[in-house]
Amino acid sequence: MENFWDILTWGAWIGAAALLLWMILDAIRVNREYSEELLISSREGADELLEADKKGGK
Amino acid sequence: MAAETTAGKTERINLLKVLGPVHVWALGVGIVLVGEYMGWNFSVQKGGAYGSLIACLFIGLLYTCVAMIDSEVTSTVAAAGGQYAQAKHIVGPLMAFNVGLYLVLAYTMLEAADALVVGDLMATVAGQTGHDGLDPRPFVVFTVAILAWLNYRGVFMTLTVNFVITAIAFFALVVLLIGVKPWNPGEILMHSELLTDLPYGWIGVVAALQFGMWYYLGIEGTCQAAEEVRSAGRSIPLGTMSGMITLLIAAIITWYMAVGLMPWEYLGQTFLPMYDAAVLTDNTFLIVVLFIGTIFSAIASANGCINDASRAWFSMGRDRYLPIWFAAVHPRYRTPYRAILFLVPVAIAFGFTGLLDQVITFSILSGLLGYTFMSLNMMAFRRKWPLGSIKRGYIHPFHPLPALSLLVLCAATYFATFLGYGASLLAIMAFFIVASVWFHFHRYKFVRRADQFTMPWPKPKGY
Repeated sequence: MENFWDILTWGAWIGAAALLLWMILDAIRVNREYSEELLISSREGADELLEADKKGGK
Repeated sequence: MAAETTAGKTERINLLKVLGPVHVWALGVGIVLVGEYMGWNFSVQKGGAYGSLIACLFIGLLYTCVAMIDSEVTSTVAAAGGQYAQAKHIVGPLMAFNVGLYLVLAYTMLEAADALVVGDLMATVAGQTGHDGLDPRPFVVFTVAILAWLNYRGVFMTLTVNFVITAIAFFALVVLLIGVKPWNPGEILMHSELLTDLPYGWIGVVAALQFGMWYYLGIEGTCQAAEEVRSAGRSIPLGTMSGMITLLIAAIITWYMAVGLMPWEYLGQTFLPMYDAAVLTDNTFLIVVLFIGTIFSAIASANGCINDASRAWFSMGRDRYLPIWFAAVHPRYRTPYRAILFLVPVAIAFGFTGLLDQVITFSILSGLLGYTFMSLNMMAFRRKWPLGSIKRGYIHPFHPLPALSLLVLCAATYFATFLGYGASLLAIMAFFIVASVWFHFHRYKFVRRADQFTMPWPKPKGY
């Protein structure tokens, strides 16, 4: 049982490090492959209510 | 590439609209349900069993007002950032900046607290199996990391997972209710022996209000999904109101079971009341079910908090209230990936402090400030844009009664908080005043003032 908890503890450290590393590497790859202008091009949400308002609906 | 072309001119990447009412429910109830498994019981310590029930119902009324107000405003302001976006459009930039900070701090600290709970539970189980002194930190970090990864990879999977684990956590409470045989009082449930009068009178009931918030704290998080639901005008009210009904049911059955199983003096002190309730039944099946329910509720809460904190941070970046670098959307997963990544070390840092009660108090106070804003915001919203002037997906009844009730209930809860955590209350007020000064004199000059107002609304009445 002692070994089980030691393995679980190391597994948690290694798993966490692997996941964080994956995200950082992916973010770096995305930053290189796409222009900054495109990445920050999002505009505040549009919904069918917004569309109705644009068309003059209430 | 998953970019979207808008009006055939500019190529844009927006958040993905893939969510439905079920995901909205999973987001709201998922954040909150951990409060049924732990935390609410400190209200018993302050006001006794009946004091806790009064707090449960009184604060339930507060949150019903929150849910109704939120549903109406969010069905109109369909934007990520939730109350932040509402404040920006209805009150003004300084209010919006403060509300954005309330949201990010409330959710990030709650996420850290949830991860701490997972770590502490693992250490408890290790201790019970003969391995004392297990370091909870790797489990805290792993919880934050795997949930951040899930959020990074896409909102649909994130909230679908949240739906499944939240539903399991809710049904674990129902299984316990069946297990304690409420149809046969006196066999397992001992209400007639355990219930007492108010031990500290009505002042104890007032003091219990602060912890009564645990039954529902976070349901307002549903509106952070507004930009990613397929039909905000329908899905947000449906998901939020059904979530609130779920929580009212969960709160009542939680209180009923716990106060019938253990004396209020013990219930008011334990950290895991529902797990303890299962242990008291001496039924191994119930113990395992409630252990799973506790873990799942904490994970679902942390998962929803990452979703909400990152949307608020992302929205503030998009409006340049923070560096616009945070406003990036992942071209494949369509998530605010930089905001998600940035908040990971912040949550881990809060988690590593190990100060669960301080972290939670700061989170609750940030939430309370947000609710105070919501009542004022609702009154301004109806005054500036009366019914019929803009399209609303949902119109809440009896205005201004819910907004006024919310304001009165918030004032009572501030008083209750001052009784127990006066220094924390003053410290958080000082923090937000300093942040406001920084925003006004330093940051606001970077904001493109016209760009931030995106709703095609008519001019507000009186302007």
